[in-house]
Amino acid sequence: MIPAPFDYVAAESATHALDLLDSFGDDAKLLAGGHSLLPMMKLRLATPAVLIDIGRLTELIGIRADGDELVIGAATPHAAVAASDLVRADAPLLAHSAAQVGDPQIRHRGTIGGSLAHADPAADLPMALVALGGRVDLLGQGGTRRVAADDFFTGFFETGLDPGELIASVRVPRLPGAAWGYQKFVRRANDWAIVGAAAINGRIALANMGPTPLRARAAERALADGASAAEAAEFAAEATEPGEDVHADRDYRRHLARVLTRRALERRR
Amino acid sequence: MQVEITVNGQRRSDDVEPRLLLVHYLREVCGLRAANVGCDTTSCGACTVLLNGASVKSCTVLTVQANGQQVTTAEGLAPDGELHPVQAAFRQEHGLQCGFCTPGMVMAAVGLLSENPHPTEAEAREGLEGNFCRCTGYHNIVRAVLAAASSRGGTAEQERAEAGA
Repeated sequence: MIPAPFDYVAAESATHALDLLDSFGDDAKLLAGGHSLLPMMKLRLATPAVLIDIGRLTELIGIRADGDELVIGAATPHAAVAASDLVRADAPLLAHSAAQVGDPQIRHRGTIGGSLAHADPAADLPMALVALGGRVDLLGQGGTRRVAADDFFTGFFETGLDPGELIASVRVPRLPGAAWGYQKFVRRANDWAIVGAAAINGRIALANMGPTPLRARAAERALADGASAAEAAEFAAEATEPGEDVHADRDYRRHLARVLTRRALERRR
Repeated sequence: MQVEITVNGQRRSDDVEPRLLLVHYLREVCGLRAANVGCDTTSCGACTVLLNGASVKSCTVLTVQANGQQVTTAEGLAPDGELHPVQAAFRQEHGLQCGFCTPGMVMAAVGLLSENPHPTEAEAREGLEGNFCRCTGYHNIVRAVLAAASSRGGTAEQERAEAGA
């Protein structure tokens, strides 16, 4: 399968990428690792006229501590996030999540910002960012605005990114020693989650239980009120709107949400 | 678009369409047929090559994304005709059946061993999860990876003991 023809521009800087976005408008798409975009282009689900490559901009790659947060450049590949000593120490849930994406080859190419911008509700990193209460720095012509994960994912494969913006970096709280749990149910190796659950510090996020990654707020409230993991997990599917597909119907997804939430809470480490 | 890519140690300059996939560039422009197009959907790993030393699926990389970078295919592992230790181990352990997945398996294994020179069996299996063998000949492939690792000397246990010491 071969994508439809397009023009390719390697951006020289993030601001150059923004200028290119401005001049090409809706005809352009940003390219980083391309591991969500290129498969869509090969299937002609996406036919951008111009690709603006930001995948090798060093200003968008790297991991550093900034006070009580870790800041991860949007074009940092999953393999680097998973292997980072800093991430493993201060945000082990995120390192674990990055290590669950696809397979080694995919993790060498796919990027954290690309995965979040793609906003697949079944993907690992959107769920992890919601569980952690992370934020994204969105760079536009007017400067940077910081958006909480809970507000960033707005719909099925939709985010709060404006057309002229790019994700510059991802911020997660440094929580060394905080117990966390991560559960992902798949039928095939390196597949997307049929349902996923991630828990840390009283926050619980679910993957593939609606058009966006979701907080299991009823279960969180139950935990806060002193319920056991098993008791709280019974509320995990409340206010979710899972879809149906060849893998699972709605009732089965709700069942999985309860089971995986219980396991994520009980097997916190 | 003009690209300069170092393929198996040789710098090349080619004029390519932006939509040309790296696997098609390697097979059709460079004439290197080791990387196979299997699933064409980033799943099977038959097209695995090394990009700057890291394993990637070349059906999901644009040639223009490799501009200015280093690509290694199975052909580049044995430039002097002597098999690379991973290739030798695949032959020794009969880590293949029909052979279609083999170039990708070998490149994934080379990439894995560069990151983890002495994997446990479980790590070897995990490290190859991006490569499918539809003959299901996985056992000998894993044996080959472990044999290649031990042919370099040392074991996972020794390595960890040294790292801890």
